[in-house]
Amino acid sequence: MEDLTDIYNEIIMEHSMNSYNKRKLENANYQEVGHNPNCGDEITLELKLNGDVIEDMAFSGHGCAISQASTSIMIDTLKGKKVDEAKKIIQIFIEMIKREIKDEEELKKLEEAIAFRNIANMPARVKCALLAWHTLEDMLEKNKDNGNGSINYCH
Amino acid sequence: MNFNMENIKKDFPLLEERKITYLDNGATTQKPIQVIKAIEEFYKKYNANPHRGAYSLSVEATQLYEQIREKIAKFINAKHSEEIIFSKNATESLNLIAYSYGMNNLKKDDEIVISIMEHHSNLVPWQKVAKITESKLKYMYINDNYEIPDEEIENKITDKTKIVSITHVSNVLGTINNVKKIIKYAHKKGAKVIIDASQSIPHVKIDVQDLDADFLIFSGHKMLAPLGVGVLYGKKEILNNMTPFLMGGDMIEYVHEQETTYAPLPNKFEAGTQNVEAVIGLGAAIDYIENIGYNKIQQIEKEVIKYARQQLAKLDYLTLYMPSNEENHCGVISFNINGVHPHDVASILDTLGICIRSGNHCAQPLMRYLGIDSTCRASFYFYNTKEDVDNLVKGLDKAYNMFKKYITKG
Repeated sequence: MEDLTDIYNEIIMEHSMNSYNKRKLENANYQEVGHNPNCGDEITLELKLNGDVIEDMAFSGHGCAISQASTSIMIDTLKGKKVDEAKKIIQIFIEMIKREIKDEEELKKLEEAIAFRNIANMPARVKCALLAWHTLEDMLEKNKDNGNGSINYCH
Repeated sequence: MNFNMENIKKDFPLLEERKITYLDNGATTQKPIQVIKAIEEFYKKYNANPHRGAYSLSVEATQLYEQIREKIAKFINAKHSEEIIFSKNATESLNLIAYSYGMNNLKKDDEIVISIMEHHSNLVPWQKVAKITESKLKYMYINDNYEIPDEEIENKITDKTKIVSITHVSNVLGTINNVKKIIKYAHKKGAKVIIDASQSIPHVKIDVQDLDADFLIFSGHKMLAPLGVGVLYGKKEILNNMTPFLMGGDMIEYVHEQETTYAPLPNKFEAGTQNVEAVIGLGAAIDYIENIGYNKIQQIEKEVIKYARQQLAKLDYLTLYMPSNEENHCGVISFNINGVHPHDVASILDTLGICIRSGNHCAQPLMRYLGIDSTCRASFYFYNTKEDVDNLVKGLDKAYNMFKKYITKG
């Protein structure tokens, strides 16, 4: 096993324990619950879309440091991005976790989320790192043809 | 045989090979070389499908398989060997009872009583039975000391109760339930009682006649045997009146195009080719346990658990979830580092070669009742030592120190 600080690094610890993204989004127009039944991690993502731009995002819920930090850092990375760009970055993150991508230029697009690049060294925790990203991926996929009327739409 | 501690650990090849601190015995125990060799010998010398062949090899395989049924009957003091049914695990044993007994004997407004500390395997099947038969599922709750108080037993088990299904030892709290008392009380009210002995039989002697249990179930793999074999004990007169759970080969008498008559016990409940190697391994595991003896096992474990309770109680950053009376506590200790998620604790301990369980332990209703999402759990067996406890404490200190500065900010 590598050095633990490869995984529990400063960025991840800060985001996991004291995230400013863990809050209620007053004017969210989408929300989705992500759940990992094996370990009980559960997050609720709230999203405010303005046209095709992710104007704001926030989360609530509970889980381990990895899942909480991953959610918070994802929000920082994707806020202000266009939906199509966000989808691409989600794919880069998933591929990085699976060790399918090595191109440093591509990885730069992840910004702080690159902090999770060593999570594959802890296979039991990969799911924790991916929870928020898969949840957002589903959320954007479900609502792609539907700007304001799907089951996940908040009034 | 001389069972000093050094000799015991040497019997477990994995513990020798991996040099780990294995504290997840509540999930599954490691296997002694005697069990591994028994399986190897079966495949080298006796492998054939029991009950199928007229040739001597199959007859020998049948004899080996049936001898282990007899061994288990003696081991738990069942009156008849045909009261022992092999299943694939404790979950399947409980499902067999729920489907075959529960579905057919319960009716509207009858009541099933379980406890809040049940594993999902002794909970979800009863929810299903209750829904389908329109009976009611009731819970016995625990007090602040993680024990079921007597008045809870007397309030919940009533004349309407037809089934009481309860764990002997909690897989989360380590609480030893007074199942003898519960059985006696439930019988007075006319209910049948099922005991989940999965977490107790590795540690304490079980006597089904002394308990007067109607059913008692357990898994082999939590008591040194291979994965994939479980046991269902049921009183003969009850099993005889139950319909089969799984249909197929070996559980029949005559099969016609539209009708079938079933084989007598125990075959009625053993459809299809069984996990014979695991049954053989279970036989060797019982030999191993009896060789050491439950008295010795308890003596070793009590000392280690007592030490663990003392050492963990000294860590002021921990919350412990266990009965205060160590006489009512067995096998497992659940705890949390305040403010740190159990999965993170388990991952950090893993880097030090310490294996513990983290999560909800297949006991979500209990977690909800305790107002928590999950716990860390260290679970012990007779091969664990005080040194293992010291390693655990060192690991917990490391985890706490890593998170400390972030916790205080939060």
